[in-house]
Amino acid sequence: MTVRVQNEDFDAGREIAALRRGNAQVGAVAAFVGVVRDMNDGSAVADMELEHYPGMTEKAITGIIEQARTRWNIFDVLVVHRIGHLKPLDQIVLVVVASAHRGDAFAACEFVMDYLKTQAPFWKKEQTPDGARWVEARTSDDAAAERWQSKP
Amino acid sequence: MITVIYFARLREALGKSSEQLALPAGVRDLAGLRAVLIARGGAWAVELAGSKPVRAAVNQDMAQNDTRVADGDEIAFFPPVTGG
Repeated sequence: MTVRVQNEDFDAGREIAALRRGNAQVGAVAAFVGVVRDMNDGSAVADMELEHYPGMTEKAITGIIEQARTRWNIFDVLVVHRIGHLKPLDQIVLVVVASAHRGDAFAACEFVMDYLKTQAPFWKKEQTPDGARWVEARTSDDAAAERWQSKP
Repeated sequence: MITVIYFARLREALGKSSEQLALPAGVRDLAGLRAVLIARGGAWAVELAGSKPVRAAVNQDMAQNDTRVADGDEIAFFPPVTGG
């Protein structure tokens, strides 16, 4: 598995190619890309800054991937998450899962993303016309993570 | 000594990103440490006393009120996470 927290942008195509390179058992690759929107909670967003907890962030994401490995038959997982200043249209996060079949790849990719939203220590601060504000956590994100506790 | 780290809204409101403290006498868990910090008053009470959502980690693992705290530990307080 690979976990990277970085300022730089990423190339999803290149990362997908690298994750499945040389492994002819891989029959499915699912990828998710999160992107900065220009509106949030009714305000225009000009810029955002992402803060993290060096060390714990990587540890938390690694733990999430390990949980996914115990639940689905998957070969490899990559997570890249950006920090620092980002603008609308910028990519924020990439999750790629390689497996033999699409069911495991889709489910594990969604699981990793849902848990990352509620368990990995990142915080967003947005610049809006009314000034800077810390983004509030959403209860819908908690609900998205919780449903995996009952679903196989 | 313990290291206490603050992130995001808490770091700004408390005017501090981290501090080293002697483990206060009688503090055995996260709730105990939080009570000592709240007793500082002002922004400490506003941010940590429960009216605003706060999460915590001990040695870089998510922690609860009853999570043990011991000498040498790294404890962090922060708002609910908003990555992704």
